[in-house]
Amino acid sequence: MSEPFLPPIGMLAELTHRCPLQCPYCSNPLELLKANRELDTQTWLDLFSQAADLGVLQVHLSGGEPTLRRDLEQLIAGLSARGVYTNLITAGVGIAEGRIEAFAEAGLDHLQLSFQGARPATTDRIGNHKRSHDKKLETARRARAAGLPLTINAPIHRHNIEEVPEFIEMALSLGAERLEIANVQYAGWALTNRDALMPERDAVDRQAEIVAAARERLTGIINIDFVPPDYFAIYPKPCMGGWARDAFMVTPDGTVLPCHAAQTIPSLSFERFGPRSLSAIWTDSPAFNAFRGTDWMQEPCRSCERREIDWGGCRCQAMAIAGDAAATDPACAKSPIHARMAMLIDEAQRAAAGPVKDEPFVYRRIGVVTEPA
Amino acid sequence: MMALRERALVSLRSVPSLPRHVRIQYDPVRQAFAVLSPEKIFWPNEISLDILRRCDGRSSVGHIIADLAAEYDAEQEAVAADVIAFLQEWSDKLLVKL
Repeated sequence: MSEPFLPPIGMLAELTHRCPLQCPYCSNPLELLKANRELDTQTWLDLFSQAADLGVLQVHLSGGEPTLRRDLEQLIAGLSARGVYTNLITAGVGIAEGRIEAFAEAGLDHLQLSFQGARPATTDRIGNHKRSHDKKLETARRARAAGLPLTINAPIHRHNIEEVPEFIEMALSLGAERLEIANVQYAGWALTNRDALMPERDAVDRQAEIVAAARERLTGIINIDFVPPDYFAIYPKPCMGGWARDAFMVTPDGTVLPCHAAQTIPSLSFERFGPRSLSAIWTDSPAFNAFRGTDWMQEPCRSCERREIDWGGCRCQAMAIAGDAAATDPACAKSPIHARMAMLIDEAQRAAAGPVKDEPFVYRRIGVVTEPA
Repeated sequence: MMALRERALVSLRSVPSLPRHVRIQYDPVRQAFAVLSPEKIFWPNEISLDILRRCDGRSSVGHIIADLAAEYDAEQEAVAADVIAFLQEWSDKLLVKL
């Protein structure tokens, strides 16, 4: 190892793959797990307890739609008892009366609510769920009434990039402390739908200007986090802050992964919590050690002065585009195949300019396994 | 509709507190105090921690400055500039409420 071994700080718990929405850019894998594969309450509580022992300070409760778990209150209470900061990541559709208050009561620290559009028609179309926008607005109001701090999450792509100014206004009007303008990452379902989701260059440039101006204007009023789109980038993102460096995630059946899309790397195999302890997986699992630190790097990463800033970028994007999980993320201008990103953007633009399809997306559904284009 | 919120500016009369989404917690694994917030975790140094701990919703900035100057045996003016700059920065990130 080229640096001291660190305990993990953050954990993303995908409690379920079930979800009322069908967003075509979902970060869940194409092969979704059914309810009968989900860990039971006690196993999640054991896992959370081991995570806290290991040094995890923050758990993001996600899915699918985590509120579909009837034991969510119990899980929050378990984390809260260990002093772990809890963040609920929800689509905010179909949450029963009284539950948001119960989450707050159980010790929930923060709620993050996704909006697929700033306009009702966009939200309903992207999530493929009627009247979902109204339900989300109601969830935001209930969260605020329960005293919960609120982040609005806006996943951005071709079909809502022009709504960025409206997203900002909406987040302000809902009393959110934070807004995430997060351009879709092309892994999971988003990779399948890449051509349909890829924004145009002009729109990406306009978006960057709008967000920069809003951040300046709204300093001290709302925090705006901006995740720029990879394919238009010069440097890659330090995916997960570096592979297995200070965060990990767990799938509904207890498989422990360094990141969402790690299972797309065929040379790696991942272990499940239960048969092995979390500590053993974090420290000894060959998959976690595969791209830890900088020793695994090839050129141009190996001698790059940014190697401990970017950590080589995204391993899954290297796998998907370069065909080698140990390659430099092609989003990096120093990657020998960086030009392929521009070609993929152009390809998507040509597809978008072609004949209009009735159904532009492969919607996320259990049982629809599609190979990436 | 734009919200009616405005950027808060630190004055000696401000009474800072930590908002509900921010908390200071001792981490036994790393043997250090962490500031937990929705997406980020901060590891404040000793002086930052001394300021944040005094953001109790009762003490004014003026009082905090006098208190810290006494504790560090330092000039009030120098302490004031540092404390005000720190609190403005943290307020701008919505990590401290004024």
